[in-house]
Amino acid sequence: MVKNNVGKEIPKEFADQYGVFDEQFSNVKPFEEASRKINPVKPGDEKLLGSLREAIEKTGLEDGMTISFHHHFREGDYVINMVLDEIAKMGIKDISIAPSSLANVHEPVIDHIKNGVITNITSSGLRDKIGAAISEGIMENPVVIRSHGGRARAIASGDIKIDVAFLGAPSSDAYGNINGTKGKANCGSLGYAMIDAKYADQVVAITDSLMPYPNAPISIPQTDVDFVVEVDEIGDPEGIASGATRFTQDPKELLIAEYAAEVITNSPYFKEGWSFQTGTGGAALAVSRYLRRAMIDKDITASFALGGITNAMVELHKEGLVDKIIDVQDFDKNSAISLGENENHYEIDAEFYASPFSKSSAINQLDVCILSALEIDTDYNVNVLTGSDGVIRGASGGHSDTSAASKLSLVISPLIRGRIATVVDEVNTVVTPGDSVDVVVTEVGISINPNREDLIEAFKDLDVPQFTMDELRDQAYEVVGQPKAIEYGEKPVALVEYRDGTLIDVVNNV
Amino acid sequence: MERLRRTMMFVPGSNAGMMRDATLYGADSIMFDLEDSVSLNEKDSARTLVHFALKTFDYHSVETVVRINSLETVGKLDIEAMVLAGIDVIRLPKTENAQDILDVEAEIQKVEEANDIEVGTTRMMAAIESPGGVLNAREIAQSSKRLVGIALGAEDYVTSMKTTRSPEGIELLFARSSILHAAREAEIAAIDTVYSDVDNEEGLRAEVEHIKQLGFDGKSVINPRQIPVVNDIYAPTAEEIQNAKEVIWAIEEAEARGSGVVALDGQMIDKPIVERAERVIAMAKAANLISKEEI
Repeated sequence: MVKNNVGKEIPKEFADQYGVFDEQFSNVKPFEEASRKINPVKPGDEKLLGSLREAIEKTGLEDGMTISFHHHFREGDYVINMVLDEIAKMGIKDISIAPSSLANVHEPVIDHIKNGVITNITSSGLRDKIGAAISEGIMENPVVIRSHGGRARAIASGDIKIDVAFLGAPSSDAYGNINGTKGKANCGSLGYAMIDAKYADQVVAITDSLMPYPNAPISIPQTDVDFVVEVDEIGDPEGIASGATRFTQDPKELLIAEYAAEVITNSPYFKEGWSFQTGTGGAALAVSRYLRRAMIDKDITASFALGGITNAMVELHKEGLVDKIIDVQDFDKNSAISLGENENHYEIDAEFYASPFSKSSAINQLDVCILSALEIDTDYNVNVLTGSDGVIRGASGGHSDTSAASKLSLVISPLIRGRIATVVDEVNTVVTPGDSVDVVVTEVGISINPNREDLIEAFKDLDVPQFTMDELRDQAYEVVGQPKAIEYGEKPVALVEYRDGTLIDVVNNV
Repeated sequence: MERLRRTMMFVPGSNAGMMRDATLYGADSIMFDLEDSVSLNEKDSARTLVHFALKTFDYHSVETVVRINSLETVGKLDIEAMVLAGIDVIRLPKTENAQDILDVEAEIQKVEEANDIEVGTTRMMAAIESPGGVLNAREIAQSSKRLVGIALGAEDYVTSMKTTRSPEGIELLFARSSILHAAREAEIAAIDTVYSDVDNEEGLRAEVEHIKQLGFDGKSVINPRQIPVVNDIYAPTAEEIQNAKEVIWAIEEAEARGSGVVALDGQMIDKPIVERAERVIAMAKAANLISKEEI
């Protein structure tokens, strides 16, 4: 065992292979970018194939290879299950899958693990039954959890070598010019897919909306695509816009949002030309409503909003309060439409968004980000991956990326969920190191990281109760008691990479 | 100093989560309900829940009130559990006359005496919800030294009056005025009825402005989102605060000089002006408009 800088024990074989987390930027160094194979297309060659089966055959996919997918269709995705079923039928085994994330709808993955089709997984997260199955220990090899920026880094550096990327294309022409703003399953930005297209040896575009050449705007160009397949349906629009736009009426979420907005609008960063990322979830979306009011009252506009985009951001942009939107994924229909129609709404790939190993990422320019948490400990470490029972049910997402890069990172969370404390002595799994978290916001008040003396000074007259993390933990424990330690097994089921590729934690079976 | 009761928040006695979070939203009083919001088969469990909530959670300086069931049903059990848990105020539903108050008071006293609790510790509040209650407001208000306030419950009242509630509230003017007069004469608080349309902030705002102008101490609220609206309207203006400060300073100065006569800008300051100034300062402090130490 090797102990890393957040006090987590990493088994030696994995520590040797990945390295262990030290400090936020200590592993950011020059490197040689990975390259890809190119099969040139001659005039007269066709890329459009008759079936998915034919496309898989043409790629020469075989046992032991790595395939990738994007998660822009979220719970509405048909592509991953479709491709894996076909691969299984063809008798191909020992496949590594590298989707940008997995949703509940991908439950058939469990059977493909059990029948030996899938033997390795890397993903941002695992939900519901897949998470439970992985936590039970159904895989021989641990899943590698990577943040969105970390995945882009891993692909660019060759840690993830994609043999074939199967990319759901909301619209594509027969030569492989793809965008996400047209077609039946329009998901808006294809930010996570773009990185796969750029680095994979072969790319198969799977579409249900075949367009005349050239299909523009071009998010993924024909120069990155090998084959195009037309199928009946690639996704369910209802599941793609997965309820992220709900505006909360829950008074506790509104109170947390109000406190978060107080922190932001009284911070040194809230001035003309500032920038922010809010994410989704009830309280985070409510924050944008309070920010709107504050921007109007103080006559301040933001230069850009970043990240996963919701209608709330689009509305702020339309009102003139946010100058530009920089978009790596869209959570609802309206933001997807805006990307297609609005010249100040830009699509970027995951590397541009958040890779720590790129020639600068957009998050480096970000003033304020609002993040959620399943658990936060007294060292400000955050868990967004495992539940209070130790079972994997969340996703790393852009959490550790934005937290590290932005000037002010807020983690917002109720002090208690149900009967379980959210603020605890030690989180089950560290995804984001406490050093990168600036302010924790709960319904009882806030806690400022002592390493941010500038913020402690800036917020000394703030009209929001302030506590140490120990005090917040005590308040939570006073009501629901101290949680009993989870009894993990001996088998590592997930390796949690920090964005720089080192291991920040390991999740064992439960 | 008289306690502020701008907002009295209803919390169903069957909802443990809301009881835990009740102090978060800035209500001056929290009213745990064992009556209408609790179904018959949950009466016992709700009583137990509220009892343990009071003993477990720190409600700080927030006034705790419980609305009990009538003595004809399980009211006696409610009273015992609540007095033992140290509730601040027991609120009677549907108070018709002074005897209703005296009957409940007798029960409270029994529990206090049996458990070595100083008699009189538990205070009372009456809710008037009928034409008879309105007409008896005066005798109700003066019935017991334990009484800290009377509240209007308008829903049953308007039905009995063969009318409905309107945005202007003309149908409640007599009831509100009667209760106010009774409360003011008895020097206790007057709390207005709930505003049920929680999504209509504009309507709530208009009604609170109306009842504040009439003279009510505050309003019952059924959702935390209503609290900032009510508190905002009850917050004094900068000018009112400045005037109040000058009154207090003038008194302090006169006291320092040993003078019994106080004047400000050539005008005599008498008792009502002082009381009003003290009230404005208390409201301003509660609304964080001036610091707790300032005056």
